[in-house]
Amino acid sequence: MSLPASGSPFSSDECDTLRRLADRMIPASENDGLPGAGDPVIFADILQDAARVHVALKGLLTASGDETDPMDLNMADSAAARELHQIVVFCYYRDPRVMRALGMEVRPPFPQGFDVEPSDLSLLEPVRKRASIYRKVP
Amino acid sequence: MSDDPIDVLIIGAGASGAAVAWSLMDTRMHIVCMEQGGVPDSGRFPSTGLDWEARRAGDHHISPNRRGWPEDYPVNDDHSPIKVANYNGVGGGTVLYAAHFPRFHPSDFRVRTLDGVADDWPVDYETLEPFFAENDRMMGVAGLAGDPAYPPGKTPPMPPIPMGRSGRRLAEAFNTLGWHWWPCDLAIATEAYDGRAPCINLGACLSGCAQGAKGSVDVTYWPHAQRGGVEMRTSCRVREIAVDENDMATGVVYFDEKGVERFQAAHVLILAANGVGTPRVLLNSVSKAFPEGLANRSGLVGKNLMFHPYAAIQGVFDDPLDGYKGAHKSILSQEFYETDPQRGFVRGYTFETSRGMGPAATVLAGLEWGEVPLGDGHHAAARKLMNRVTSLAAICEDLPEEHNRVSLDPDLVDSNGIPAPRISYTLSENSRAMLDHACEKGREIMTAAGARKVFTTSPIPMAGWHLLGTARMGTDPERSVVNEWGRSHDVRNLFIVDGSIFVTSGGVNPTSTLQAMSLYIADQIKRRLTNLFD
Repeated sequence: MSLPASGSPFSSDECDTLRRLADRMIPASENDGLPGAGDPVIFADILQDAARVHVALKGLLTASGDETDPMDLNMADSAAARELHQIVVFCYYRDPRVMRALGMEVRPPFPQGFDVEPSDLSLLEPVRKRASIYRKVP
Repeated sequence: MSDDPIDVLIIGAGASGAAVAWSLMDTRMHIVCMEQGGVPDSGRFPSTGLDWEARRAGDHHISPNRRGWPEDYPVNDDHSPIKVANYNGVGGGTVLYAAHFPRFHPSDFRVRTLDGVADDWPVDYETLEPFFAENDRMMGVAGLAGDPAYPPGKTPPMPPIPMGRSGRRLAEAFNTLGWHWWPCDLAIATEAYDGRAPCINLGACLSGCAQGAKGSVDVTYWPHAQRGGVEMRTSCRVREIAVDENDMATGVVYFDEKGVERFQAAHVLILAANGVGTPRVLLNSVSKAFPEGLANRSGLVGKNLMFHPYAAIQGVFDDPLDGYKGAHKSILSQEFYETDPQRGFVRGYTFETSRGMGPAATVLAGLEWGEVPLGDGHHAAARKLMNRVTSLAAICEDLPEEHNRVSLDPDLVDSNGIPAPRISYTLSENSRAMLDHACEKGREIMTAAGARKVFTTSPIPMAGWHLLGTARMGTDPERSVVNEWGRSHDVRNLFIVDGSIFVTSGGVNPTSTLQAMSLYIADQIKRRLTNLFD
């Protein structure tokens, strides 16, 4: 069971539900060497946005009511579910292990930046051969 | 800070306010700009951290309602399919824009004459041409001369941004179809330019350029204007403009950084607060002489709001493209820009490429498209999309309709208690037909480029970047708010220089034209200094 930090809006049960839900959304993959979204480091990142996550989780649990399993990912077509998905996905895909597995360098874009394939302006030859296409005005 | 009268007071430090301030500084008048936000800190822009994707969708969101900074005023856009984007701080919308810098076409200024719709502008392309060129130099535009979609003479000062793999694929597709394309004009430094470092392909144009390569006006016009003596007052939010018994503006009532209400007297007032902020100030400026809002005897303040309805056409490819790397825009096509009656609509649109997405944004798009599941199969499906999506955006000309408008919300207020704007907007049949055409043609392009799947969104909801038309320019005081050189018909020392004065929207990003207009109006003011109020 994951324990909520002091001052957290989550009860122990909510925290555990959220962790299991995150792990179900994005499960670990041994073949790819990928953690699940319930991994302790990623889950701690998710909980950084505690107030927003709590509202989304409450919304999801309320929407699921007694009849639907909140762990059923197929039923999660609600604003609360989309909010939760977004938070989990943002945190998951900035984890260094995930970034490395995707072939990304583990660093922010700035200050190194990136290389991009240069332009081949010879491709413009057919366009240059056309007459002007702007409309003349009287 | 003194409350003594100043010569010129500019409200808003965005694209148009910066240009007019810089141009007027050589008059040596005492010029002050009031800006409700602060100066952006590029060291804190999202691309400086691993959480850049989340911050772009959070504290640097383009919607003021989502961002919710203290300097942001709320906008009630519940009654519009297109939601308002802005940035409230020095630089205005240019801080978060893509820096796409196409000009209007000559035909855009003559839509009534050519197509029998809307109204002609009281200025034309030829008149604005020297101001376009001056603005390109000040903003530092990268591009390529010789585009057959424009009259000769457009010569960007720097070479274009690299097209990358995605630009090449789409350029080859345009060639296959025999359609026009050209490298985008972008206000992005591709070499060291006026104190700016060259672009290093951060891919973060839309959340602020940490490199300082992007031409946002906080790094282009403002340093020059401030060195030239223009005074910037940040965290000053204008509530209303006051007038005297002679219908002359006397100054502004504003809240300072401590929330204290103050009055600043001024001899000349210039509104540069964008197509939502400007009518908001005018409509909040109610007096005995102007019971319906300042400068509103025509009844047109706030009316004729134009966005640019956007369609997104996203292609999924088998081989890797650029992903999140590189400037947001690379090439455009204006094959469908000018009116062709066979298409079932008047006017037209521009296709512009939108490079790619980061990993999280890719997965979220995949979830929406049904291409990436949660749970089993997530990783394999996500990998099939990573760096393999590129997009076209179609930016469609929006024609003015009086029922599309900015008014004051009866309940919503900002942090100073000032009534907030409310947007009422519907898409016209012409816009819908244009969007449908763009989606159809966009699919053709993506298919010709080799996309294995194509997804479309029309209109894009969160795409109200361009706020135009709400204090339109014209020679007839009954049918316009400002005259042909930007002065209010009703208040002879009040000028408007932002997108509010646009008569029509064109089918391109408006910043280049908006700033050229601002420089033109500043030039007109300088030429008429001795009889400015006659």
